[in-house]
Amino acid sequence: MFVLVVGGGKVGYYLTKELIESGHEVVLMEKDRARAAQIVDELGSIVVPHDGCEGKYLGEAGSNRADIVAAVTGDDEDNLVICQMAKHHFDVPKTIARVNNPKNEELFRHLGVDEIISPTRMALGSIEQDIPVHELLHLAALDNELEIIEARLLADSPAVGRTPAELDIPEACSLSAVVRNGVVIPLRPDMVLQEGDKVIAIGRADCERLLHEQLIGGTEEMEPA
Amino acid sequence: MKLVIVGCGRVGAALAEAFDNTGHEVIVIDLSTRAFDRLSPEFKGQAIRGDGTDEDVLRKAGAEGADVLLAFTEGDNRNVMATQVATERLSVGKTVAKINDPVRAAAYAELGIATVCRTTMLTDAVLAFLGLGPTGVPSVIAPVPHVHADDSESVAAPAGVPASTAPAHVHAESRRA
Repeated sequence: MFVLVVGGGKVGYYLTKELIESGHEVVLMEKDRARAAQIVDELGSIVVPHDGCEGKYLGEAGSNRADIVAAVTGDDEDNLVICQMAKHHFDVPKTIARVNNPKNEELFRHLGVDEIISPTRMALGSIEQDIPVHELLHLAALDNELEIIEARLLADSPAVGRTPAELDIPEACSLSAVVRNGVVIPLRPDMVLQEGDKVIAIGRADCERLLHEQLIGGTEEMEPA
Repeated sequence: MKLVIVGCGRVGAALAEAFDNTGHEVIVIDLSTRAFDRLSPEFKGQAIRGDGTDEDVLRKAGAEGADVLLAFTEGDNRNVMATQVATERLSVGKTVAKINDPVRAAAYAELGIATVCRTTMLTDAVLAFLGLGPTGVPSVIAPVPHVHADDSESVAAPAGVPASTAPAHVHAESRRA
């Protein structure tokens, strides 16, 4: 597989290194000459010391035969343009963009970027998992505005003592499994939910509020403390 | 008409004043408040500090539903992104992005963005001054209509033809610059 990595910061450097170690053909583009030279010293002559946003250099680096272009610079707008140029101008089959502003994830997907890596979203996810106040956790974002969500049932949650069939689950959502005492159980319509259950649901992001009301109860934690 | 101008550099500021003077509602956005020193004290529009590629900033500034957004910052990519946020998320009618890389300018015109390229504009101006022929690369490019275009108004302009839709100031200002 030929992978073109754009951006020789920490992410780009370690990504390139890992890819080389797993036997892929890699070219790294880094516009800062000093940084590019430093990477050449460490990883060999696989660095193109030019700006990957510039059409001319993106072409010269071999983007027209790349299987994947990974845009991992620190700037969202640069990563968007690199992916769009790769996709539409050089017909690269798969593009990956690093995104810092979580708001940009959906926009980038809509504009044709195939995969989004969001360090901000990942950090946010881990922090939310550590804070007990949030009963509704975002586990992962899927394509087309879908999310995997975990809802932890409290003693006074309306879903406790009831079955999924008795709940009014939004149409665009599906309850798929329950984690009970550390064991995953596929969710059947007649299964009675208990306090402490973690219900795993897949659904559209905009159904989150309804899902919260049905499973956990009122959304009082959204009000100012 | 309501216009949003992202980037208050020389061109951005000149455009802002030109539209303000002719009675339009103008919102200028720049990362640095010092950039607003370029505007005359008589400027009646809004000057807002912020990142013009950030959807929240644009929305707060009142860009939603604007008639026109002109992206004239120093960065080609910021301009590209600002116009795409405006079109896709904020229902802005028409957008123009300054893209100084000719390859990128042509590529984005194909993706439906009107582009202005200072590089080819200046090159052609210098060549003309020296009595030489132009580069042949268009410096103002109208968006190439998408295959599934449902907006019939933009279908007329073929690839590479200077945009009749771009404000005349764009051309005049950059020639002077």
